[in-house]
Amino acid sequence: MRAAPTCAPLSPLRPSWRCSLRVRARTRPRPSPHPRLRPSRPSGATSIHVPEKLESIETGQLDQNGKPQRIACVTCHTLRTPEKLPESPGELVRFHQGLVFKHGTLRCASCHVVGRQDSLRLADGSMIPNRDAMLLCGQCHGPQLRDYQHGAHGGMNGYWDLGKGSRVRNHCVDCHDPHVPRFLPTNPVLRPADRLLPPPIEKPALPPFPKLGEAHP
Amino acid sequence: MSEPEGGKRRVFLKVLGGTLGASAFAYAMAPLRAWTKDLSAEKFLQKHYKELGKEEIQKVIARVERETLEKYGAKVKVKDQKPIEGVEFGYALNLSVCIGCRKCAEACHVENNHDRKTNNSYIRVLEMDQGSFDMARGDAQYDHAVPAPGKYYLPIQCQQCDNAPCVKVCPVQATWKEPDGIVVVDYDWCIGCRYCEAACPYHARRFNWTKPEVPAAAVNPDQGILSNRIRPQGVVEKCTFCLHRTREGRLPACLEACPTGARVFGNLLDPKSEIRWVLENKRIYVLKEELGTKPRFFYFFDV
Repeated sequence: MRAAPTCAPLSPLRPSWRCSLRVRARTRPRPSPHPRLRPSRPSGATSIHVPEKLESIETGQLDQNGKPQRIACVTCHTLRTPEKLPESPGELVRFHQGLVFKHGTLRCASCHVVGRQDSLRLADGSMIPNRDAMLLCGQCHGPQLRDYQHGAHGGMNGYWDLGKGSRVRNHCVDCHDPHVPRFLPTNPVLRPADRLLPPPIEKPALPPFPKLGEAHP
Repeated sequence: MSEPEGGKRRVFLKVLGGTLGASAFAYAMAPLRAWTKDLSAEKFLQKHYKELGKEEIQKVIARVERETLEKYGAKVKVKDQKPIEGVEFGYALNLSVCIGCRKCAEACHVENNHDRKTNNSYIRVLEMDQGSFDMARGDAQYDHAVPAPGKYYLPIQCQQCDNAPCVKVCPVQATWKEPDGIVVVDYDWCIGCRYCEAACPYHARRFNWTKPEVPAAAVNPDQGILSNRIRPQGVVEKCTFCLHRTREGRLPACLEACPTGARVFGNLLDPKSEIRWVLENKRIYVLKEELGTKPRFFYFFDV
């Protein structure tokens, strides 16, 4: 009988990450049998960025260097332990007030465990450190995790050619707020200002796109 | 009697010959009248990029670096990155996640030393009506919070076509396709006729109507002779998939800037690359496929 996959230590880049096969394959590019495709020297590695907000929170104040001051979650959470998790963000009256939550029908307890603020709980009951939150996201967002593992979801920085340098990939939480994962409206930058462009024209609206099953007009 | 007449005739022929000769000489020297302060003798006599030897290309690079310092006050390092053997670039963009924020266009603007006044960029993001694919109705100048309801966003840059109309129409062969799939321009050979701009079905080429204005502090010093060196006035320029970065193994600037991770870049010849996975597993299409331009830029959806 095959042993059940273990969950610790859980780092998205270690072999124990159950879904990390593709990412691991990228970290050490194997020389291709085709001589023209052989990377010059496999020196680069892929790593996943760990967003600060997984382990600390902004205080709203600036530090000496003018950067937003952050304090680690454990600063407060080692001193006090709430009796139970709230049912909804509205019950947060002393800490984390005004937390906005728009993430399906999830409850606080879907991911958080009382007294274990440095960890998150997977659906199978196992605990993971906050930095490995991608495992938690992947439980529901399978297609996104699959695309991520193949480099087709989530941004990255560095080298496309791992034979020449390394690459840092975004964490789910780099782009998505776990409590409000949908992107919020943002103002676009760099509007074209070419003198030859005509001024924007008002175009009549198109007829509404027919829904599936409706006859085309 | 006959002698003075013959003398007249001879003088007449001499004057006529002299006039014709002088006009022919003046006509032959006409390009010199177009000589401007910006044009050095060195540049005037420079050969086509493909005909330059190793030493000659170093001279060209030294001239470009010197001129950038003189005209822009910026000390830059220009390189001549060559195509990597066994690499052909491909680019894919996920329209399901693009929100139209134009961060890619801004990154291109900064990376490629574009004219600051016109907000020029090799990327044009079209705001399109959902359900429509009429690019003529796309709006590139939208200025409101994005993503707007009922809209989707279509960033368009050079598609690096395998059957590129812009290359075919160039009367002086100043633009060509490199072995790694990038269509480049010799910015010292281009005569600025803008045929290529008219031929491109994606409106991917830009013309330098004026001398690009970039403050010295904003000039990107990491430059390539075929890519982001500051282009002279009167030539056509285009996206090169940031070849000064990508030929060194780095990712293009627009990809790194994308806040939604909509962009996938890589080597089409490497079966394990991300771009190949996208091409093999996603619903892919190319713009204006019916024109037969064979783009290397692919669009896909999360379905």
